[in-house]
Amino acid sequence: MIIVGEKINTSRKSIEEAVEKQDAAFIIKVARDQAEAGAHYIDVNAGTFLDQEVDRLCWLVETVQNQVALPLCLDSPNPKALSEAMKRHKGEPMINSISLEEDRFQSLLPVITSQPCHVVALCMAQTSMPTTVEERVQVASELIKKLTDEGIPLEKIYVDPLVQPVSVDTRMGIATLEAIHKIMNDFPGVNTICGLSNISFGLPERRLINRNFLALCISYGLSAAIFDPTDKQLMASLLAVEMLLGRDEYCENFIDAYQNGRIGGG
Amino acid sequence: MSDFKALTESVMKADIKTAVAETQSAVDAGSSVQDIVDKGLIAAMDEVGDRFSKGLIFVPQMLRSAKTMKECMKVLEPLFQEGDVISKGKVLIGTVKGDLHDIGKNLVAMMMEGAGFTITDMGVDVSPEKFVQKAQEVEPDIVGMSALLSTTMPAMPQTIEALEKAGMRDKVKVMIGGAPVTEKYAREIKADSYASDAGSAVSKAKELLGIG
Repeated sequence: MIIVGEKINTSRKSIEEAVEKQDAAFIIKVARDQAEAGAHYIDVNAGTFLDQEVDRLCWLVETVQNQVALPLCLDSPNPKALSEAMKRHKGEPMINSISLEEDRFQSLLPVITSQPCHVVALCMAQTSMPTTVEERVQVASELIKKLTDEGIPLEKIYVDPLVQPVSVDTRMGIATLEAIHKIMNDFPGVNTICGLSNISFGLPERRLINRNFLALCISYGLSAAIFDPTDKQLMASLLAVEMLLGRDEYCENFIDAYQNGRIGGG
Repeated sequence: MSDFKALTESVMKADIKTAVAETQSAVDAGSSVQDIVDKGLIAAMDEVGDRFSKGLIFVPQMLRSAKTMKECMKVLEPLFQEGDVISKGKVLIGTVKGDLHDIGKNLVAMMMEGAGFTITDMGVDVSPEKFVQKAQEVEPDIVGMSALLSTTMPAMPQTIEALEKAGMRDKVKVMIGGAPVTEKYAREIKADSYASDAGSAVSKAKELLGIG
């Protein structure tokens, strides 16, 4: 399971303040905590800064990578911000995200083909958001075809099947799960990724819902996820599920996490 | 004077069967359609919106109450007479250009409707030109815009500017919302109001139009 640590996002108040004040120590600590908790990528998002987003995102890239030896997940719908951030990134970043929306696709294409990177392909159609399994898979296939035609290797594509709130339509959970399963089956080698928080919009006990949703996603084949790896209960669920699915030889990761105090103990 | 407590409570609890029966018995008892709507259904939905804003109830419960109100309205609609059920105001609503997200916007439209406003929902990816064109056609009291992406938020001031150019800005109140949108942003772009959720959208709309 590839883990993308989601915490450095300026929609969180403490992060926005730290970015505003250019408090590098605070940002580095949040990055380091996530790295130590098991993140493979650190997500950076400065979307709330609007017209200053480009500069702020670049500052985040340089600040984090100065101290933490992990690739970043550059998170923005803004092609300009992604392009500038990518130029400053060491190693292969994950670009989050491209979609079938015409403007977004066309303006991001030169960015993602300019240097090696991993790409999140969000299942947004040109003019609408898919709701059914079939619509999601259809958009995913188109995106995969377009991206591989441009020379992006399948295993560097992370399809985000689009998670929509189950509070608004109770079929949305299973639609995402089945889309994950179908995409992983139809395109062996491709990755699937999603965030967890959309699923629980409009409901109480969101962390509980998110945690169970992650467990279900993993059992349907999800290979990467964006969440807070310092959430011990969430990580415990992930480790337990991977073990139960036979992906943790000798139950090593689970036991290791317990013996090192990363899970358990209340 | 009739007591609409049982009706109000059944709408709040989203008990469709009881609510429809209560609506019918209020009609049979001689209550006016206007009273049943205002003091029964709308009063219930106001309370639902308020409880939602306070975090006491959740989206599925709100959706279910709105559905219950709709079913009650079906009982009343054949009985409407000219001049009955005067709308609280006309609201034109849409997700701005380049943005396809509609869940929040739909919740707002639904609660506004439940509160007695007349809604024209333009859907998603609505350009400033389309907003202006539709505003000229329906002459709304409020224009509501939603955006879920920081990259599409600039379409909000663009739409406000387009309303100005068309000479419509003084005739409408502009209200905005969406996950990345803030009160501060609303002030910056000179929108008249910002609402953080579907429940507060209703109370903000009433404030804007000076109705209780």
